Amino acid sequence: MVYHSDELVAALAERAAQLRRTAIEMIYCAQSGHPGGSLSAADLLTALLFHKMRLDPANPGWPERDRLILSKGHAAPLLYAALAQRGFFPIEELKTLRQLDSRLQGHPDRLKTPGVDMTAGALGHGLAIGAGLALSARLDNQTFRTYVVLGDGELQAGVIWEGALFAAKYHLDNITVIVDLNGVQLDGPVRDIMPIEPIVDKWRSFGWYVIEIHGHNMRQIIDALDEADDIHGQPTVIIAHTTKGKGVSFMENQCTWHGRAPSPEQCQQAICELAVSPDAADAAGPAGGGQ
Amino acid sequence: MADRVSMRAAYGQALQAYGALNPKVVVLDADVSASTQSSHFGKAFPERFFDVGVAEAGMVDLAVGLALGGKIPFVNTFAFLLTLRAAEQIRTCVAYARTNVKLVGAYGGLSDSFDGPTHHAICDIAVMRSMPNLTVVVAADAVEVARLVPIVAEHDGPVYLRVSRADVPNVFGDNYTPQLGKGTVLRDGGDVTLVATGVMVERTMRAADRLLAQGTRARVLALHTIKPLDRELLLAAAADTKAVVTVEEHSVIGGLGSAVAELLSAEAPVPVQRVGLADCFAETGPYDALLDRYGMSVDDITAAAHRAIALRR
Repeated sequence: MVYHSDELVAALAERAAQLRRTAIEMIYCAQSGHPGGSLSAADLLTALLFHKMRLDPANPGWPERDRLILSKGHAAPLLYAALAQRGFFPIEELKTLRQLDSRLQGHPDRLKTPGVDMTAGALGHGLAIGAGLALSARLDNQTFRTYVVLGDGELQAGVIWEGALFAAKYHLDNITVIVDLNGVQLDGPVRDIMPIEPIVDKWRSFGWYVIEIHGHNMRQIIDALDEADDIHGQPTVIIAHTTKGKGVSFMENQCTWHGRAPSPEQCQQAICELAVSPDAADAAGPAGGGQ
Repeated sequence: MADRVSMRAAYGQALQAYGALNPKVVVLDADVSASTQSSHFGKAFPERFFDVGVAEAGMVDLAVGLALGGKIPFVNTFAFLLTLRAAEQIRTCVAYARTNVKLVGAYGGLSDSFDGPTHHAICDIAVMRSMPNLTVVVAADAVEVARLVPIVAEHDGPVYLRVSRADVPNVFGDNYTPQLGKGTVLRDGGDVTLVATGVMVERTMRAADRLLAQGTRARVLALHTIKPLDRELLLAAAADTKAVVTVEEHSVIGGLGSAVAELLSAEAPVPVQRVGLADCFAETGPYDALLDRYGMSVDDITAAAHRAIALRR
């Protein structure tokens, strides 16, 4: 496996912190949106869009680009912040989130926003769509890879498991699914609303190669993405243990911050907290590893 | 009566024949390929055929992904399952995202008659028609469905195509070439317009014969495309005959009759009588007997024509 320098890892972590701040500002500006799931997915999306994925912001429709399906489409603010910083569209446009005539819809719209590969928002679609895309690539001997980011709440949707069966049956090893396992959904903790554990065993029994990581540890994330490239004959899922509302003390693990905009004071406090460098605990993190 | 030809067999053979010409075509089915006859394609091109099992919602999302990759996916299962169980997939990921997915609803209307109301498709057109970006097409016979397959495949955008299980008489000749969004005048007449879609086109022609014997000259329009409607053809017919009857194998709520009534009430108000399944579920039984029992007999069509004419000002 390729060794990634400490400098790269630190730069990506700092980028994620910046995107968190931007997403909070966007949601504050719109007075509408989903902070909790945007913050939990920040490190995962940063690793994909600023490091792992083969992309050309000047040519968003480049046929050989890697594809990203953000199945948990409510994390759109984070996705938009990343795409703008990556150069797909002007950063100034971010403040138009959720406004009339904006290219930045409340949930991702592939027909409106450069860099958005698939429309999402209604939960449960991303895995089967990603499997179809991966299958298409294989039929055409195309080398692009398909990445799908799922929330943990949407693992309660039956159609997710229809897609999981299909990807395993057809041995789709050109798809990497990442579960942003933040443990909290709109109505409350996932374990209270409808438990999904043991989640690693479920995926494994469905025929998937499972990698379990600390989803805010940048080195573990990029190493897991690399590891998935080397798995042949079966699809890979990365179970990323994350924190809903990560980095903002009063939002962390609170379902009330699933889809709610901060007040001016709350926004200011959130930005201050997110200005602090990523903490050492995340950098160390619990050990991951494949099975 | 004319010889009956299997519409689903014609569909299956046409899909296989077109698949040989266009390598972008991929076909999905949800464990009913022997019924939908997508199995013809599956046997000819196993590397482009995917049976997903009993997973209709997942099948539509898979097709969306294949379309994103540049494929032309044909999704096959029973019309009621496709349009209802996968309705949200179709709305969000096919219609809203405008992905180039071809949805083929087999066993349209009451044509799976003996399996009963669980298997009848009586509101598929209503559901599909209400979705922006979606083209909605109903095939009338074996000739039309065979001609429609390449047209649907080459249309740039999502399409719902409804196919019948039944063996039906051909109303169209070999030189017929359908065009999406355009209806056909099967018979001219100035007293009343009968607008029919699907297998009811043939019954409507019989009703027109009966009306003619009674001295009423009916214009018969065959309309395979329910959305977008052929406005020109319908507005001209309404202006000329001033009385309209719609005929379909579908609930009278939300299908062809509703579409025509919506258009005419806004742009050329004339009496519109709708022939179809009243707001009820049918039952198990022989196909033709069911159509007769539940409001879609030739007599029902002629009676509706007389009502429309009586209401004409």
